[in-house]
Amino acid sequence: MKGYNFAYLDEQTKRMIRRGLLKAVAIPGHQVPFGSREMPLPYGWGTGGIQVTASILGSDDVLKVIDQGADDTTNAVSIRRFFARTAGVATTTATAEATVIQTRHRIPEKQLREDQIIVYQVPQPEPLFRLESSRVETKRMHGLSDYGLMHVKLYEDISRFGQISISYDYPVMVNERYLMSPSPIPAFDNPKMDMMPALQLFGAGREKRIYAIPPWTRVKSLDFDDHPFRTINASHPCGLCGATDSYLDEVVVDNHGGRLFVCSDTDHCAERRAAGHVGADGFREAAE
Amino acid sequence: MTEPTLLSGRGLNLKFGSITALSDVDVDLWPGEMLAIVGESGSGKTTLLNVLSGRLVPDNGVVWYREPDDRLHDVHAMPAPVLRTLHRSDWGFVHQDPRQNLRMTVSAGGNVGERLMARGARHYGDIRATALGWLEQVEIDANRIDDLPRTFSGGMLQRLQIARTLVTHPRLVFMDEPTGGLDVSVQARLLDLIRSLVTRLRIAVVLVTHDIAVARLLAHRIAVMQRGRIVETGLTDQVLDDPRHPYTQLLVSSVLSA
Repeated sequence: MKGYNFAYLDEQTKRMIRRGLLKAVAIPGHQVPFGSREMPLPYGWGTGGIQVTASILGSDDVLKVIDQGADDTTNAVSIRRFFARTAGVATTTATAEATVIQTRHRIPEKQLREDQIIVYQVPQPEPLFRLESSRVETKRMHGLSDYGLMHVKLYEDISRFGQISISYDYPVMVNERYLMSPSPIPAFDNPKMDMMPALQLFGAGREKRIYAIPPWTRVKSLDFDDHPFRTINASHPCGLCGATDSYLDEVVVDNHGGRLFVCSDTDHCAERRAAGHVGADGFREAAE
Repeated sequence: MTEPTLLSGRGLNLKFGSITALSDVDVDLWPGEMLAIVGESGSGKTTLLNVLSGRLVPDNGVVWYREPDDRLHDVHAMPAPVLRTLHRSDWGFVHQDPRQNLRMTVSAGGNVGERLMARGARHYGDIRATALGWLEQVEIDANRIDDLPRTFSGGMLQRLQIARTLVTHPRLVFMDEPTGGLDVSVQARLLDLIRSLVTRLRIAVVLVTHDIAVARLLAHRIAVMQRGRIVETGLTDQVLDDPRHPYTQLLVSSVLSA
C-alpha cells in the first residue's frame, strides 16, 4: 500500500519488537517490556498481537486471524484485511494453510505444526495482577519464583466452590519456571499449549509486554494433587457438525429459549461438515 | 552454654541520618530460647528486630545465622532468594498488627496454608487438614476455617497470625509486640498460648516488647535497650529482680504492681 511501510510498522519498531521476541523466546514465559506503539485500532482489540504479527510477517507468509475461534467476526475480519492491505500477504481461513495465526481467546482445534507461529492477543499479561496489585512486588515474585499466592487462590476456589472455578485465562507454569497467563483462552485449550510444535508468541499492547513459549516446551496448568486440572467439555455435540471433542459456543436462535451449540472454531466445523459430518441441527437446517 | 548459638549479632550500628538507632549492639540467641528485648519506645527495639531478621541492613556489623546442618550464614550477605526462602519456612515474623501479615481477603484456612503452598505443598486435603489442626492449636473454632479474617476479633486475628507463622515449624520467630493493642484478659490467654506452643515446638524467639510483665512471663533472657544500646542483659529473673543499670532500675520500678 502506497505511503506505508511493509506491514504498517516502520523497520526500527519491528527490530525493537523482534529483539523483545528473541529475549522472550530465550526465557520461556518471562514478560519482556517493549515500546508498544499506537496502532490504528483501540486497546483491547489486539494492539499487542497486531504489532507482534507485523514484526514477524514476511511477504510469503499466509495469515489467518481468529477471534473467539471464528474467522468471520469483526475483529478477525478487520485485522486480516488490515494486513492484506498493508503487507499484501495472502490470507486464509484454513488452519492447515496458515503460517502465521493471530488469535484472540482460542487455539484452533487442529494440531499446529512446527512451521507455524501462533500470535495471541493479551489484555493482561500478569497472572498475579488480581492477587497482588503492585507491579514491583509481582516482578520480585517472578524473580524469586515465589508463586504460593497463586495456589492460595486455587485453594480458596476449592474451599468455596468445591472445585477450581477458573474457566478461562487459567494460570500455567512454563518450563517449570515462570508462572504465565495464557491470555483469556478457555481452560479447555490449555493442554494444547503443552509441548506444542508451533512457536507461541504473546503480545500485550496496552500493558507493553511480550512473552513467548518456544516449540516443544512443557506448559503445566496449576493444580493440586488431589484436585487435578481438568478441562470441562460441553455435554452436547456440535449442532452443525456433530463434533463431541471441540469447544462449543452457545447461540440463542429464537425468542422461545431455543439454543444451538456450535463449534467455536468455525474452520474446524466447516471442514468437518465438508467431510460429511452432520449434527442434529444440521439435519433440521437441511430439511428446512 | 556449650551449645552453639542460632543467631548472633556482632557490632551492629545503624544511623537514620543524625539519629543513632543502634550503636555497637551484640546479641546472641540459642536454639529454643526466648529472648526479650525491652526498652521504652524509640530505644531501637524494633530496628534491632528488623536488622536481625535481615529486613534492614546495618551500617556496619554482622548477623550470623546457623543452619540446621551447622553452616553459618551472614544474613545480610545472603542472596535475596535464599533469605526469602528462609523467611517463609525456617523463620517467622509476628507483627503487632496482624493485618500486616494476614491476607484479609483470603479465608482463615488459606492464610494458614499459604506458607505450606509457598514451600511446595500441592495436596489440597493435606493442606486443609494441617490448617484445621493449627486452628485447633490456637483455639479457633474449626468451623471458622472458611471465614474471612475481617469477621474475626483482634485476639483471634493475632492467634490466626501465629498459626500462619508456625505452620511450617520454624526454628526462629521474630515477634514485635505480639500482645500490643489487646485487652488484658485476651493478652493473658495469648501469652499462655505462645508460651506453650514455643516450648513444645522448641522455637527460638526474639521478642520485642515494652511490657516488662510480658517479658517476665515469656522470656528466658532479657536485653534492655536505651537509645540504641543494650545497657543490660542477663537471665530474666536476675535482671528484673536485681537490676544493675540505673535505666533498668527505673524501668522495673515504674511497673505498677497489682
